[in-house]
Amino acid sequence: MTWIKAGLAGLCKLGAALRKGCGLPWGRVATFAQRSVRYPWGNTTMKYAFETIAVGIGAFVALLGAAFAKDDLFEAHMWILFFVLLCATVLLLRRIQFSPVEGPSADAESGYFDEVVRYGTIATVFWGVVGFLVGVVVALQLAFPDLNIEPWFNFGRMRPLHTSAVVFAFGGNALIMTSFYVVQRTSRARLFGGDLAWFVFWGYQLFIVMAATGYLLGITQSREYAEPEWYVDLWLTAVWVAYLIVFLGTLLKRKEPHIYVANWFYLAFIVTIAMLHIVNNLAMPVSFLGSKSYSLFSGVQDALTQWWYGHNAVGFFLTAGFLGMMYYFIPKQAGRPVYSYRLSIIHFWSLIFLYIWAGPHHLHYTALPDWAQTLGMVFSIMLWMPSWGGMINGLMTLSGAWDKIRTDPIIRMMVIAVAFYGMSTFEGPMMSIKAVNSLSHYTDWTIGHVHSGALGWVGMITFGAIYYLTPKLWGRERLYSLRLVNWHFWLATLGIVVYAAVMWVAGIQQGLMWREYNDQGFLVYSFAESVAAMKPYYILRALGGLMYLTGGIIMAWNVTMTILGHQRNEAAIPGSLPALQPAE
Amino acid sequence: METYTAMRHFADSWGLVFMLAVFCGVILFTLRPGGKKAADEASQIPLKED
Repeated sequence: MTWIKAGLAGLCKLGAALRKGCGLPWGRVATFAQRSVRYPWGNTTMKYAFETIAVGIGAFVALLGAAFAKDDLFEAHMWILFFVLLCATVLLLRRIQFSPVEGPSADAESGYFDEVVRYGTIATVFWGVVGFLVGVVVALQLAFPDLNIEPWFNFGRMRPLHTSAVVFAFGGNALIMTSFYVVQRTSRARLFGGDLAWFVFWGYQLFIVMAATGYLLGITQSREYAEPEWYVDLWLTAVWVAYLIVFLGTLLKRKEPHIYVANWFYLAFIVTIAMLHIVNNLAMPVSFLGSKSYSLFSGVQDALTQWWYGHNAVGFFLTAGFLGMMYYFIPKQAGRPVYSYRLSIIHFWSLIFLYIWAGPHHLHYTALPDWAQTLGMVFSIMLWMPSWGGMINGLMTLSGAWDKIRTDPIIRMMVIAVAFYGMSTFEGPMMSIKAVNSLSHYTDWTIGHVHSGALGWVGMITFGAIYYLTPKLWGRERLYSLRLVNWHFWLATLGIVVYAAVMWVAGIQQGLMWREYNDQGFLVYSFAESVAAMKPYYILRALGGLMYLTGGIIMAWNVTMTILGHQRNEAAIPGSLPALQPAE
Repeated sequence: METYTAMRHFADSWGLVFMLAVFCGVILFTLRPGGKKAADEASQIPLKED
């Protein structure tokens, strides 16, 4: 691994230039000992002694893993883990304060554990921008194949990087941080487990880093949305169990007798993802010091297991979890209770009972038995009812306050999210009908459908929650700029419209080209011709993605300025202030 | 294969009946007389706290 050694030497030189000396971490300990005298919170560093030792031991174990690795990829991955954990150890030793809030923490007044939610908000925004950026890059790679830089940055490795970055890094952080916020507010109890919430947060970031670096190195078990190999999967399992303990513990010690429905959705998301993750990743490693493993399932059982996982990742990660967000943040931002609480409960149970059976619709016209395909299709169509019930419930929450859509850009963001929830949950069941699927399967229509759900529903409801949370978490009077929220709204919405519309046309054209026979029974088009025909659509798709990314960067700027305590001097959104009556 | 067949038979007979019964029970319980008042109170939970 000469490149790693060269990289290490380079890092040391860089470190030396910056800080005089490469003697990590002992030099840092000495520096810290001198500094701790100057800082009033110096004593509190002892609180993290156990954590520091544990991370340090983890770094050592990673070093051993690199030393005794059975294959080059595992060795490279363990070196990465070693450096990440080494940096974490050094940071823990230094106890750098990242929080921009000065003076006594707001947590002390509210009694809630919000620091981890603040970190989660920043992580969500950061990973969001990263994930959208990688998305634009892979879109451009499809349009311009020369952009595939082998071996690390070719499409095959960048694509899972994009999907995992947006689904698990952006979406996952959004779910973890909002669930921590919502469960405390609706239970009127502080998070259970003390620093365990920090383990969940940092452990999850480590999972993201290991997954992402693994993809670029070429480590993958080739299971869609579950590409990380067995050792990263085991780590995520540990983090997820801790997450469940924190969430469930908070619910158990709640002071509010009733468990609010948003928490039902969050809990269903946590429990189901645990089940899906464990079953889908049942695999036997070739070596316990190697990166390769083989699934316990084979053939069509393996395919069905993967899509049972894959579709329920959509159903419980990207739907149930974000519905938890919808049922808390829309009532909060609108200042009125959900339209029908009983409808929300029926929404919940119908979704739970139906979603888990819909996975086989990903395997239409394959070796999967016909009865299973039909079952998947029928349950997908039945999902129309709870999905639209939930959409109506979210939208009708605004009844009597419709003017807010005009005057409040954050509400507008949430409303478009719910509208896209309705649209993509209409489109999905329609595409699961076997006759429709015979045209749409394997085409870009599917990609368009996924993105109208992911960019429209998941993205927009998360942006709404972030805009709601940021001023609250950092004790600011308002966001830096509401007009920038408006810009974000329009860029994102138009970006999605461009993306989805282009993919509809592209997908249907692909499907028609693939199935066109001439009068002698030969296929009219070769596959390569259908690829060449996609070029204009792929360029337009990248443009739509670029608009969405620009909106995301505007959000990052807005959130950063809000955290730093700035307020943009700008005219109010028309109608947001009560009109003054002229004096008589 | 015997285990598969047995589980398959259970799943599409009594298992199915059980799931359907639980689902109907949950819906009927939600729509029970007097349930609306409790639901309206529960819907106010997010608005109680800041």
